[in-house]
Amino acid sequence: MNIQEIINLVDGESICLSGDSDFEVKRAFASDLMSDVLTLNTEGLLLITGLANMQTIRTAEMAEIKNILFVRNKKPGKEMIELAREEGMNLFLCKKSMFSTCGILHQAGLNPVY
Amino acid sequence: MEFEYPIEGGDFTRAGMASSQVKKVLKQLNIAPAIIKRIAVAMYEAEVNVVAHAFKGTMLVNIMPDKVFIKFIDEGPGIHDIDLAMQEGFSTATESVRQMGFGAGMGLPNIKKNVDELQISSVVNKGTTVELTTYIS
Repeated sequence: MNIQEIINLVDGESICLSGDSDFEVKRAFASDLMSDVLTLNTEGLLLITGLANMQTIRTAEMAEIKNILFVRNKKPGKEMIELAREEGMNLFLCKKSMFSTCGILHQAGLNPVY
Repeated sequence: MEFEYPIEGGDFTRAGMASSQVKKVLKQLNIAPAIIKRIAVAMYEAEVNVVAHAFKGTMLVNIMPDKVFIKFIDEGPGIHDIDLAMQEGFSTATESVRQMGFGAGMGLPNIKKNVDELQISSVVNKGTTVELTTYIS
Protein backbone atom coordinates (compact mmCIF):
# COMPACT_ATOMS: atom_id res chain seq x y z
CA MET A 1 0.00 0.00 0.00
CA ASN A 2 1.32 3.42 -0.95
CA ILE A 3 2.35 5.71 1.94
CA GLN A 4 0.19 8.59 0.66
CA GLU A 5 -2.85 6.32 0.54
CA ILE A 6 -2.16 5.30 4.15
CA ILE A 7 -1.88 8.88 5.35
CA ASN A 8 -5.16 9.79 3.63
CA LEU A 9 -6.94 6.86 5.29
CA VAL A 10 -6.08 8.15 8.78
CA ASP A 11 -6.60 11.86 7.95
CA GLY A 12 -2.90 12.37 8.55
CA GLU A 13 -0.52 15.11 7.52
CA SER A 14 3.12 15.22 6.44
CA ILE A 15 5.62 16.70 8.88
CA CYS A 16 8.78 15.92 6.97
CA LEU A 17 9.10 14.42 3.49
CA SER A 18 12.77 13.63 3.01
CA GLY A 19 12.36 10.05 1.91
CA ASP A 20 10.63 8.33 -0.97
CA SER A 21 7.23 10.07 -1.26
CA ASP A 22 5.84 7.06 -3.14
CA PHE A 23 7.14 4.52 -0.60
CA GLU A 24 5.38 1.18 -0.90
CA VAL A 25 4.53 -0.01 2.60
CA LYS A 26 4.57 -3.79 2.91
CA ARG A 27 3.93 -4.08 6.64
CA ALA A 28 3.31 -1.96 9.70
CA PHE A 29 4.36 -2.23 13.32
CA ALA A 30 2.78 -0.22 16.13
CA SER A 31 4.70 0.30 19.36
CA ASP A 32 5.91 2.85 21.86
CA LEU A 33 8.66 0.46 22.93
CA MET A 34 11.78 1.09 20.88
CA SER A 35 13.50 -2.10 22.04
CA ASP A 36 10.68 -4.02 20.36
CA VAL A 37 11.12 -1.98 17.20
CA LEU A 38 14.82 -2.86 17.21
CA THR A 39 14.02 -6.58 16.93
CA LEU A 40 12.21 -6.27 13.58
CA ASN A 41 12.88 -7.01 9.94
CA THR A 42 12.21 -3.46 8.76
CA GLU A 43 12.05 -3.86 5.00
CA GLY A 44 9.04 -1.95 3.63
CA LEU A 45 8.02 -1.04 7.16
CA LEU A 46 5.82 1.76 8.47
CA LEU A 47 6.34 2.46 12.17
CA ILE A 48 3.23 3.66 13.99
CA THR A 49 4.03 5.16 17.38
CA GLY A 50 2.88 7.58 20.05
CA LEU A 51 6.44 8.08 21.27
CA ALA A 52 7.67 11.43 20.01
CA ASN A 53 11.22 11.95 21.25
CA MET A 54 14.75 11.81 19.85
CA GLN A 55 15.05 8.10 20.55
CA THR A 56 12.20 7.37 18.15
CA ILE A 57 14.22 8.88 15.30
CA ARG A 58 17.53 7.35 16.50
CA THR A 59 15.85 3.95 16.67
CA ALA A 60 14.53 4.39 13.13
CA GLU A 61 17.99 5.42 11.97
CA MET A 62 19.61 2.33 13.52
CA ALA A 63 16.87 -0.02 12.31
CA GLU A 64 16.71 1.42 8.76
CA ILE A 65 13.11 2.60 9.11
CA LYS A 66 12.27 5.43 6.71
CA ASN A 67 8.58 6.05 7.44
CA ILE A 68 7.06 6.96 10.82
CA LEU A 69 3.45 7.83 11.61
CA PHE A 70 2.92 9.57 14.96
CA VAL A 71 -0.53 9.02 16.44
CA ARG A 72 -2.55 10.86 19.14
CA ASN A 73 -1.33 14.16 17.65
CA LYS A 74 2.15 13.64 19.16
CA LYS A 75 4.05 16.27 17.24
CA PRO A 76 7.76 15.62 16.65
CA GLY A 77 10.05 18.41 17.84
CA LYS A 78 12.40 20.53 15.75
CA GLU A 79 15.51 18.44 16.54
CA MET A 80 13.64 15.26 15.65
CA ILE A 81 12.59 16.70 12.30
CA GLU A 82 16.14 17.87 11.58
CA LEU A 83 17.56 14.41 12.25
CA ALA A 84 14.80 12.76 10.18
CA ARG A 85 15.65 15.11 7.31
CA GLU A 86 19.36 14.22 7.55
CA GLU A 87 18.48 10.53 7.49
CA GLY A 88 16.07 10.79 4.55
CA MET A 89 12.94 9.86 6.49
CA ASN A 90 9.26 10.67 6.06
CA LEU A 91 7.38 11.72 9.20
CA PHE A 92 3.60 11.88 9.40
CA LEU A 93 1.12 12.87 12.09
CA CYS A 94 -2.49 11.94 12.75
CA LYS A 95 -4.93 12.77 15.53
CA LYS A 96 -6.38 9.29 15.88
CA SER A 97 -5.44 6.90 18.68
CA MET A 98 -3.01 4.04 18.10
CA PHE A 99 -5.89 1.52 18.24
CA SER A 100 -8.06 3.44 15.82
CA THR A 101 -5.16 4.01 13.39
CA CYS A 102 -4.20 0.34 13.39
CA GLY A 103 -7.83 -0.73 12.99
CA ILE A 104 -8.38 1.47 9.95
CA LEU A 105 -5.14 0.43 8.26
CA HIS A 106 -5.52 -3.28 8.97
CA GLN A 107 -9.08 -3.22 7.64
CA ALA A 108 -7.80 -1.49 4.50
CA GLY A 109 -5.43 -4.43 3.91
CA LEU A 110 -2.14 -3.35 5.49
CA ASN A 111 -0.33 -6.37 6.91
CA PRO A 112 1.32 -6.67 10.33
CA VAL A 113 4.96 -7.71 10.72
CA TYR A 114 3.76 -10.84 12.56
CA MET B 1 40.73 1.71 12.36
CA GLU B 2 40.04 2.82 15.94
CA PHE B 3 37.59 5.33 17.38
CA GLU B 4 36.67 6.43 20.88
CA TYR B 5 33.49 8.20 21.97
CA PRO B 6 32.51 9.47 25.43
CA ILE B 7 28.96 8.69 26.62
CA GLU B 8 27.19 10.78 29.27
CA GLY B 9 24.91 8.96 31.68
CA GLY B 10 21.34 10.25 31.76
CA ASP B 11 21.66 12.38 28.62
CA PHE B 12 18.87 10.94 26.49
CA THR B 13 18.86 13.73 23.93
CA ARG B 14 22.36 12.64 22.85
CA ALA B 15 21.92 8.89 23.31
CA GLY B 16 22.71 7.17 20.04
CA MET B 17 25.00 9.86 18.64
CA ALA B 18 28.11 7.70 18.97
CA SER B 19 26.35 4.74 17.34
CA SER B 20 25.14 7.02 14.57
CA GLN B 21 28.69 8.10 13.78
CA VAL B 22 30.01 4.54 13.79
CA LYS B 23 27.17 3.42 11.53
CA LYS B 24 28.13 6.12 9.02
CA VAL B 25 31.75 4.89 9.03
CA LEU B 26 30.61 1.28 8.48
CA LYS B 27 28.53 2.43 5.49
CA GLN B 28 31.52 4.26 4.02
CA LEU B 29 33.52 1.04 4.30
CA ASN B 30 30.90 -0.73 2.16
CA ILE B 31 30.18 -3.42 4.71
CA ALA B 32 27.06 -5.45 3.82
CA PRO B 33 23.87 -3.57 4.86
CA ALA B 34 22.47 -6.57 6.77
CA ILE B 35 25.65 -6.76 8.88
CA ILE B 36 25.65 -3.00 9.45
CA LYS B 37 22.07 -3.17 10.71
CA ARG B 38 22.95 -5.93 13.19
CA ILE B 39 25.94 -3.98 14.49
CA ALA B 40 23.91 -0.74 14.62
CA VAL B 41 21.09 -2.31 16.65
CA ALA B 42 23.51 -3.97 19.08
CA MET B 43 25.75 -0.94 19.66
CA TYR B 44 22.77 1.42 19.98
CA GLU B 45 21.14 -0.81 22.62
CA ALA B 46 24.49 -0.95 24.45
CA GLU B 47 24.93 2.83 24.22
CA VAL B 48 21.38 3.37 25.54
CA ASN B 49 22.22 1.00 28.42
CA VAL B 50 25.17 3.21 29.42
CA VAL B 51 23.00 6.35 29.22
CA ALA B 52 20.19 4.63 31.14
CA HIS B 53 22.20 3.02 33.93
CA ALA B 54 25.70 4.50 34.28
CA PHE B 55 27.17 7.85 35.32
CA LYS B 56 29.44 7.95 32.31
CA GLY B 57 31.14 5.66 29.87
CA THR B 58 33.33 5.22 26.85
CA MET B 59 32.67 3.45 23.58
CA LEU B 60 35.78 2.04 21.91
CA VAL B 61 35.47 0.85 18.33
CA ASN B 62 38.04 -1.20 16.45
CA ILE B 63 37.24 -1.99 12.83
CA MET B 64 39.46 -4.77 11.52
CA PRO B 65 39.47 -6.44 8.08
CA ASP B 66 37.53 -9.46 9.34
CA LYS B 67 35.55 -8.12 12.32
CA VAL B 68 34.18 -5.13 14.18
CA PHE B 69 34.95 -5.04 17.89
CA ILE B 70 33.10 -2.55 20.12
CA LYS B 71 33.77 -2.18 23.83
CA PHE B 72 31.64 -0.18 26.26
CA ILE B 73 33.27 0.67 29.57
CA ASP B 74 31.12 2.48 32.11
CA GLU B 75 31.34 3.83 35.63
CA GLY B 76 28.10 3.08 37.40
CA PRO B 77 26.17 0.76 39.67
CA GLY B 78 27.26 -2.40 37.83
CA ILE B 79 25.09 -5.47 37.31
CA HIS B 80 24.31 -7.62 40.36
CA ASP B 81 23.32 -10.74 38.45
CA ILE B 82 24.37 -10.90 34.77
CA ASP B 83 22.37 -14.10 34.08
CA LEU B 84 19.24 -12.38 35.37
CA ALA B 85 19.98 -9.24 33.34
CA MET B 86 20.20 -11.41 30.21
CA GLN B 87 16.63 -12.64 30.67
CA GLU B 88 14.00 -10.99 28.49
CA GLY B 89 11.72 -8.80 30.56
CA PHE B 90 14.09 -8.24 33.47
CA SER B 91 14.94 -4.58 33.96
CA THR B 92 16.04 -2.16 36.68
CA ALA B 93 15.38 0.89 34.48
CA THR B 94 13.79 3.99 35.94
CA GLU B 95 10.54 5.60 34.79
CA SER B 96 12.46 8.26 32.82
CA VAL B 97 14.21 5.52 30.82
CA ARG B 98 10.85 3.87 30.08
CA GLN B 99 9.46 7.19 28.87
CA MET B 100 12.21 7.15 26.26
CA GLY B 101 10.94 3.85 24.87
CA PHE B 102 13.47 1.59 26.60
CA GLY B 103 13.81 -0.24 29.90
CA ALA B 104 11.58 -3.22 29.16
CA GLY B 105 14.33 -5.78 29.68
CA MET B 106 14.94 -6.32 25.98
CA GLY B 107 18.32 -4.63 25.57
CA LEU B 108 20.88 -7.29 26.51
CA PRO B 109 18.95 -10.18 24.90
CA ASN B 110 18.61 -8.10 21.73
CA ILE B 111 22.34 -7.32 21.75
CA LYS B 112 23.12 -11.04 22.08
CA LYS B 113 20.90 -11.86 19.08
CA ASN B 114 22.67 -9.32 16.89
CA VAL B 115 26.35 -10.03 17.56
CA ASP B 116 28.59 -13.05 17.08
CA GLU B 117 30.25 -12.74 20.48
CA LEU B 118 29.12 -10.92 23.61
CA GLN B 119 31.20 -10.58 26.77
CA ILE B 120 29.90 -8.84 29.89
CA SER B 121 31.86 -8.27 33.07
CA SER B 122 30.71 -6.14 35.95
CA VAL B 123 31.73 -5.02 39.40
CA VAL B 124 28.88 -3.82 41.61
CA ASN B 125 29.15 -0.12 42.53
CA LYS B 126 32.04 0.28 40.11
CA GLY B 127 30.93 -0.35 36.56
CA THR B 128 30.30 -2.63 33.64
CA THR B 129 32.22 -3.61 30.51
CA VAL B 130 30.36 -4.94 27.50
CA GLU B 131 32.26 -6.26 24.47
CA LEU B 132 30.61 -6.91 21.12
CA THR B 133 32.28 -8.76 18.26
CA THR B 134 30.79 -9.08 14.80
CA TYR B 135 32.53 -10.88 11.94
CA ILE B 136 32.22 -9.05 8.64
CA SER B 137 33.90 -11.45 6.23
